[in-house]
Amino acid sequence: MVGPPGGGGGLENANPLVYPRPGERPTTAREQDEGLPDAIDGREVFDLIRGIHDPEHPLTLEELNVVEQVRVQVSDAENAVSVEFTPTIPHCSMATLIGLSIKVKLIRSLPERFKVDVHITPGTHASEHAVNKQLADKERVAAALENMHLLQVVNQCLSGRS
Amino acid sequence: MAAGGVRFGIGKPASLLQDCEWENAARQAAEGVKAGTCSILDVVETLGSPLKNEDPQVRAQGIQVLSEVLLQCYSLLQEQEVTHLVLFYENRLKDNHLVIPSVLQGLNALSKCVVLAAGLAVSVLKAIFQEVHVQSLLQLNRHTVYSIITNFMSNREAELKSLGADFTLGFIQVMDGEKDPRNLLIAFQIVRDIIVKGYALGPFAEELFEVTSCYFPIDFTPPSNDPHGIQREDLIFSLRAVLTSTTVFAEFLLPLLIEKIDSDVQSAKLDSLQTLTAVCKIYGHKELKEFLPSLWSSLRTEVFQTASEKIEAECLSALRALSACLSRLVLGSEDEDLLESFLRGVLQDCRHHLCEPDMKLVWPSAKLLQAAAGASLRAYYQITSSVLPLLLEQYAKHEQSSQHRTVLEVLLGFLELRQMWGPEEEDKSPLLSCKDSLCSIVFSALTEPNIQLQLVGIQVLTFLGSLQELLDLANVEKLADHFAQFILLEKDSQISLAAMDAAGTLAPIYPEVFSKCLVRRLSEALESELLEDGSSSHQKHLRALAAVSTHPSIVRETVPILLQHLQQIQKGKVPANNHSVVSVCHSLQQVALQCQQNAQTYWYFHQAVVPCLLGLAVQAALQENSHTTPGKVLLTEEALSSMVLVISAACMHLSPELAAQSVSKVIPLFLDGELSFLPGNNYSSPFQPFQDGPCPVAAQRKLVALLMAFVCSLPRTVAIPQQDRLLHELLALSYSCDCLFTATAAAKCFAGLINKYPEGPHLDQLLEIAIKMLEQGLNEGPYQHQALTLLLWVSKALLLRYHPLITQLTDKLLKLLGDTVLGPAAGDGFALLMADSTDVLGKSCHAEVRLMFRQRFFTDCVPQLVQCFHMAIPDVKPNYLKGLSHILNHLPKPVLVTELPTLLPLLLESLSCPDHIVQLSTLRCLQPLLLDAPHVMHLHIDTLVGKFLNLTDNPAMAIRIAALQCLHTLASLPTPVVIPFKPRVIRALAKPLDDKKRLVRKEAVLARGEWFLLGTPGR
Repeated sequence: MVGPPGGGGGLENANPLVYPRPGERPTTAREQDEGLPDAIDGREVFDLIRGIHDPEHPLTLEELNVVEQVRVQVSDAENAVSVEFTPTIPHCSMATLIGLSIKVKLIRSLPERFKVDVHITPGTHASEHAVNKQLADKERVAAALENMHLLQVVNQCLSGRS
Repeated sequence: MAAGGVRFGIGKPASLLQDCEWENAARQAAEGVKAGTCSILDVVETLGSPLKNEDPQVRAQGIQVLSEVLLQCYSLLQEQEVTHLVLFYENRLKDNHLVIPSVLQGLNALSKCVVLAAGLAVSVLKAIFQEVHVQSLLQLNRHTVYSIITNFMSNREAELKSLGADFTLGFIQVMDGEKDPRNLLIAFQIVRDIIVKGYALGPFAEELFEVTSCYFPIDFTPPSNDPHGIQREDLIFSLRAVLTSTTVFAEFLLPLLIEKIDSDVQSAKLDSLQTLTAVCKIYGHKELKEFLPSLWSSLRTEVFQTASEKIEAECLSALRALSACLSRLVLGSEDEDLLESFLRGVLQDCRHHLCEPDMKLVWPSAKLLQAAAGASLRAYYQITSSVLPLLLEQYAKHEQSSQHRTVLEVLLGFLELRQMWGPEEEDKSPLLSCKDSLCSIVFSALTEPNIQLQLVGIQVLTFLGSLQELLDLANVEKLADHFAQFILLEKDSQISLAAMDAAGTLAPIYPEVFSKCLVRRLSEALESELLEDGSSSHQKHLRALAAVSTHPSIVRETVPILLQHLQQIQKGKVPANNHSVVSVCHSLQQVALQCQQNAQTYWYFHQAVVPCLLGLAVQAALQENSHTTPGKVLLTEEALSSMVLVISAACMHLSPELAAQSVSKVIPLFLDGELSFLPGNNYSSPFQPFQDGPCPVAAQRKLVALLMAFVCSLPRTVAIPQQDRLLHELLALSYSCDCLFTATAAAKCFAGLINKYPEGPHLDQLLEIAIKMLEQGLNEGPYQHQALTLLLWVSKALLLRYHPLITQLTDKLLKLLGDTVLGPAAGDGFALLMADSTDVLGKSCHAEVRLMFRQRFFTDCVPQLVQCFHMAIPDVKPNYLKGLSHILNHLPKPVLVTELPTLLPLLLESLSCPDHIVQLSTLRCLQPLLLDAPHVMHLHIDTLVGKFLNLTDNPAMAIRIAALQCLHTLASLPTPVVIPFKPRVIRALAKPLDDKKRLVRKEAVLARGEWFLLGTPGR
């Protein structure tokens, strides 16, 4: 049973719908074979971000359905990763922060050859365009991480179960 | 002499003494009193001038000395002396505040006197209550006051009680405002004693409650450098003991608890809920009645809203306690039944959630209801009689499988609660009235194509079946039919496994039904499969046969079926492969495990299985030379190994008498070819496994493995006929047989017997011969490897029983590490020495295993090993490292941590050793230690980081993974130690992020993420 967190005061969406988590990716025999290479695929990138915590709930982005495996596109050959995320409500002020967390996690966890694109699922947020623009701007992302307070929140989202 | 010391020390002019001086004086005086060279009166007289001095500081010191003396020798005082001293001290309480601390110490000493005259305790306490403002004293002095009170309470109880409520009031004033946790612990203890020992509270119950409950909930974090070791929990428990000690507090406590449950602070909620649970043990009708509605509403709100599983669990146990408390109440003639009305309220608030179409609050409501119902059988009946029909109705209303599953799971939760109470007159049980509709929905659930739903259905049926006489025969048969369907036809392994388990659970209750509906069909299915290849369904059926063998009568049906299957394989009626033999043996082994509790069935199993397996194997071995050898499949190493497990399982639980009976037949079989007890009679030639000879005998020799399984699993007390002859034969076989399998089996068998062989010259003689042969074998010839195997097993046998000869064998092993041919194998052999043996030398086979054999081996062997390592030529160094890493991997962590400083340099060297096994086992050994010995790691952090990073592009995947895990762990060392390496590690870990293997990338991501967080806010 997971209900709304205690207190409830001050949360924008105090009683979100909670989605069940699919299990861990099972390890296949192929993955254990030394010789065969495993390409980076959608599930692997999804596994990187599904454990990120929501800034205001003790829940993961996966449990809140903010990220879904179908919205992760990966092309290992073309070095491209694209992630769409869906804020829980259209006016969610945390959208930029969530996007930033996803972006930072991917930058830290993917090989440098990848170009990482993180944006909001079209039509799910009021200021979609502005948020996307901020997330696409390398310098603004870098500047945001210089800000100790922001860095702290992002790190909190990234630590724990990942 | 000591008294002289007193005069010298404190008879001096009345000036302030140094601390050490008066401590010294007090000590000497106390020794004098104890030795009888002076009396306490002498001390007082000697102290005369400081005691009367005008300067309060000097006076304080004088009294201090006297108090110190008293503290050491209060037990020697006479009643008269005590009375005088008490009066003196009491009087001093009125003195200057500087003097008070010393006075209190003296009183503390006097309060411990057994000879204290009647009435003095009361007067001391009165004086303290009156003259001393306790809370303005220092912590230590307040503690002294509490000690005085505690002392009096323990030896002057009756006197204090004569004070009446004044004592309680006095104490309330003493402790009011106390802040120090050390003092609070003792103060809480006093309050608890006041209540429990029945001191009069008078009109001060509320005050007493106020003065303690103001600390609730405890909010205390011990300082990190706290030397007193008081934990938050200590305070919580001692305060809870006070609050829950009496029903008098109820009217004050319950509102407080409700308020704190409703608060926002998690710890306050938890503490309040736990206190509520505790208090339910003593409260009754009067205390609870008024607060029930608000308690229920608080608990309900909490369960509906909380995200914390811990709080939910505490709420539920509080509710259960409450309901249990109400169930226990003894009702007066006019009292209404509180349980009935309380549960009515609970039902009213929860029922409708069970009916909501979106089912959002179904689980919390169900949990609340189950908690309330779980308190007593009465509560259970009341709740289930309302809920069960409702749930059945809901099941019918919903249409989706997932909703059905939820309803059925909730139902199962209610049903399973029934197991908390023993069987009783089931007349009243609501289960009876809805049994039929329940059965019909469960059977319909089993037909729905939803695996989860079917699983729950099986669980519900298992429960219903396990209630005696609830289901009628038709339903039981239907149930067994369903299980049979699942086992025979279902593709999903989860379901068929669950059905097998359920069948195993229910078979002892309905043996006839399961034998008819399941065993027979399984046997038919096996029969019809005979012509097909060993398919997966074939294995499943064998497994099911084993699973259902939980009743003696069923065992007697299934064992013959399984054995017959093996016979058919041997006769070549089945296109056999290793696999089918192994599966049959696996099933037989499971049956053996299931019937080991029942001596009679176990003996049946032993008698049926052991001769049969031996017979089949012997037959196959004797046919080996003819060309039509379908039975050959029984002689493969894989098949024999699985038969070994069966025979071993069939022997290890035998009673010594029965074992002796059996062993007298098996040994002659192997030594003299005595075949008469084996089933069947078509043995073409003599069976002589220990005779020298060419090829056909090789097959017979392999069966020594079966002999090993039998003879090494017997209890230690069973005498083995012709044991010495057997040992010699085994020894000879073990180092002179071409087939490694046979040689190993013989060596293990020899070792197993040696391990149990009684101490004495006989054993030493045997070992001497063995060692001589070993030396020969190791030196030269084609059997070096066989000799090494024998050496390892004999060493293990002796190591386990702490036999002194082990040192000689260890030396040999260490020498072998330097051997270019045998060295690597000897290094691997250390794993065998250190690991728990699962077969012949295991505890289950009754081997003698001493507790600390690993530590012993470690201390005996490792210094030598290290020394040899340093002297060895580079080619063989990896062998030593291999041996070392095997030893270390099996040692308990505490031992390793203490030895780490000396071993770490060697381990670091192992990391650079090119042997993959060494690298991997070193990494695995190091990883858990990184955090346990930070100071040692600190010194080598530079090397560690470098070596680990180097290993992240090792060709072996397992090593890359282990190295990354070590790097991950390193990030948890104290930040100042590791932060200098952060840029380097992060840069280096970028490469494994692009590793070709996914499992490696996963570890790299984890490790790199952790290093990124290092030294940043929000970690």
